[in-house]
Amino acid sequence: MKCFVGIDLGSTTTKAVVLDDQGRILGRGITNSRSNYEVACAVAREEAFADVRFTSCERALPDGVLDAAHREAFLDALARAFRLAWHRERLDALADAMRREVPVVEALFAGPALGPHVEAIVLRMRELADPLFAKGAPRRSDFFRDVATSQFHTLGEAFAKRGAGSFERLMAVFDKAILKAENQESHFSPQASAEFAIGRALAELDLDAKAAANSIVRPLLAAMSAELETVQTVGTGYGRATLPFSREQIRSEILCHGLGAHAMFPGTRTVLDIGGQDTKAIQVDANGLVTSFQMNDRCAAGCGRYLGYIADEMNLGLHELGPLAQKSCRPVRINSTCTVFAGAEIRDRLTLGQKREDILAGLHRAVILRAMSLLARSGGVHDEFTFTGGVAKNETAVKVLRDLVTQNYGERTMNVSPNSIYTGALGAALFARRTPARVMEAVA
Amino acid sequence: MSPIATSVRKDRSQEQQKALIADYYGRLGALAAAGQGAPWTFVPGNLTELLLTFDPLPVLPEINALQSGMRKTSGEQVLHAEKLGHSEDVCAYVKASIGAWHQGNVGPTGDPLPKPNLLLLSYTGCFTFLKWFELLRGETKAPTVMLHVPYQAQGGITNEMRAYVVKQLRETVVPALEKVSGKKFDIDKLREHLRLSALAEDDLVRVLEAGKHRPSPIDGYFGAVYYVGPIFTAYRGTQAAVDYYRDSWAEIEERIARGEGPITPDGPMGEQRFRLVVEGPPNWTHFREFWHMFHSEGAVAVASTYTKVGGLYDRGFRHDPDRPLESLAEYCLNCYTNLNLSSRVDLIADYVRDYDADGFVVHSIKSCDSFSAGQLLILREVEKRTGKPGAFIESDLVDPRYFSAANIKNRVESYLQMLGQKQAVGGHA
Repeated sequence: MKCFVGIDLGSTTTKAVVLDDQGRILGRGITNSRSNYEVACAVAREEAFADVRFTSCERALPDGVLDAAHREAFLDALARAFRLAWHRERLDALADAMRREVPVVEALFAGPALGPHVEAIVLRMRELADPLFAKGAPRRSDFFRDVATSQFHTLGEAFAKRGAGSFERLMAVFDKAILKAENQESHFSPQASAEFAIGRALAELDLDAKAAANSIVRPLLAAMSAELETVQTVGTGYGRATLPFSREQIRSEILCHGLGAHAMFPGTRTVLDIGGQDTKAIQVDANGLVTSFQMNDRCAAGCGRYLGYIADEMNLGLHELGPLAQKSCRPVRINSTCTVFAGAEIRDRLTLGQKREDILAGLHRAVILRAMSLLARSGGVHDEFTFTGGVAKNETAVKVLRDLVTQNYGERTMNVSPNSIYTGALGAALFARRTPARVMEAVA
Repeated sequence: MSPIATSVRKDRSQEQQKALIADYYGRLGALAAAGQGAPWTFVPGNLTELLLTFDPLPVLPEINALQSGMRKTSGEQVLHAEKLGHSEDVCAYVKASIGAWHQGNVGPTGDPLPKPNLLLLSYTGCFTFLKWFELLRGETKAPTVMLHVPYQAQGGITNEMRAYVVKQLRETVVPALEKVSGKKFDIDKLREHLRLSALAEDDLVRVLEAGKHRPSPIDGYFGAVYYVGPIFTAYRGTQAAVDYYRDSWAEIEERIARGEGPITPDGPMGEQRFRLVVEGPPNWTHFREFWHMFHSEGAVAVASTYTKVGGLYDRGFRHDPDRPLESLAEYCLNCYTNLNLSSRVDLIADYVRDYDADGFVVHSIKSCDSFSAGQLLILREVEKRTGKPGAFIESDLVDPRYFSAANIKNRVESYLQMLGQKQAVGGHA
């Protein structure tokens, strides 16, 4: 199958989208960027291609083998099983990395042996993996790192109390290991994981694997092993210049977000993208071509990173910020969106007795007010208005934006896709489809 | 690895320009070494011919600051001024100037600068000029003379405005210069300097308007700051300037005949994919890097407003030996910094049309309130009138902390790719 790949190397996350030759989305992948764009690019790509394998399976499931309800349940089970396989693979890599770090940390900081405790924690994390992807389980963060950090943190505290030496020693092992585990390409085997996922999905639905061998297993495995040919790759985002791509394979994220938003919502005329360290207000024409844009200047105050920092300060996951802010009844007025001062601001307000949800509501409003100023600069908000980037996943940010846009510009159709974080990568992949094919030795 | 070449390519006129600037600072150094002072003054509304009539060589703190910026020493000067209590948000030229004074009053080339024997404050649209010389007066205790040039609020020069400036020249500036120099004012000597000015100005206009050619033989913004150097400093009204501009024009004519583009610091410019008009001064601390972002993408500046802050010669103004003080007054009134917003819009829109530009870039200076105010409105209005898209980029003059290379490159690239898309769908016609 011919594939076209778009990679968006953002400051915080790296995204990859794979399209088929019809321009349909086959797969998406995302990872933390860290400082190693090359690895981030490889990991996001690999994840997207794992997703492609899943999509291939989904498409290969013959009609009529299962009734509609079973079909849906089967595909849901299959998707979760694939994610579980991916998660386990990452966990194995993390465990290996931690084993290597144990003697290093033990040599640095004296205390009881860490090895047995790390092994016990790993075992527990393995047990915790299955419920994460169980039927009906709420979907957590997209990042292995977030899930693993949260689990290790909780388990580490418990084990430290039981005599694993200081909590800091255990966390030192984890912190060193997660960086290395993230920055290594996985040895993910599509074939093995497909066999595992299909088997697990069949079991979940109480279907007999033997009976389904010809009708389900074989066509799905065949689809999985189909050859994927990357015809063209286009890169975008902050790290784009570091990609081993030729000039015509690199597009500015402004253009990519414009085109990506147009592809998701063809009526789009104004795009707001709030990413990790920049906010972009973009006007596009009926073909998704950019006509005007504005970006924040050198200060990234009020961008996605700001919310990330706030989450850290409040000991919350990034995905928990929005829901908590929505509980606010009396939002606090906050003017500064300086990330550096955010911690001090929060502590100050908490000392004054203000509630966390009220502070968070105020912070969200401050973020969106900055974006409103950029929108005004770029030429206002026209119908339809599409909100993209990681912050578009935050329901409070979306609500505040909707209110402020209506107040300032009147009623607008506002589009937010659950996959908004992939808008730039989608745009890049669409550019890849338009760019003349060439042999991609560097990245294929 | 940086794509920017380590050695710098220069054309003949650039070598000449460099020699002129070095000679200028050398002569200032000699004055300082001899314990002599010199008048300090500003580029917009400078009265170089009048000063030369009394023989002194002016010191131009703006030029010192930008030259220090290009030589990467302005950052230290700015920090020094901040240590003395000047805020981070204050005009970086002012801080570089105050810092340099406190660091021994040494010029950008390493030559000492003469102390001011007069602070000749030509006020031409920049309110900060007032505060700047007020601060320098406090530091240097030099006498100050202010030439108040009325702002072109209504978009033109009236007889009253001209007469008001002439009166100040006659009654305030000339007597002050007579006092400082100990010489009587010689109007015939002034006429001779003005005659030479007009000759140089004719060729300067030819040089700058060469940007109308395709391909453009010059870069009318980055490259043109070299061309305006001599006439912005102490060379207006001298034979050296006449020779320099005649030679520069001859060099450009040769390039036009050969169909060649400008020489960038990284070598001759290749294909010119985008023709741009630029508003606002360049960033000096990362000048080459900034230019590289444009020329490496095939973008050439065909015209700019910054090259007009020392005079709008391309709109017809010439110094006139027959109307010496009147033409000096008109010169001051006519500087780009003294134009109101609608005149600036008119000028940029005219440039976009006359130079057949694909778009225009506003480089806005974070620490320059007086010039940056209204620039976004200018951008919108020019877009509306010309139908060409504008880009808005922000950094600073000589404070290196304000130049965020990744962010600026991102904007420049995005903008140029947007222009490229427009061309691809035929939108550039």
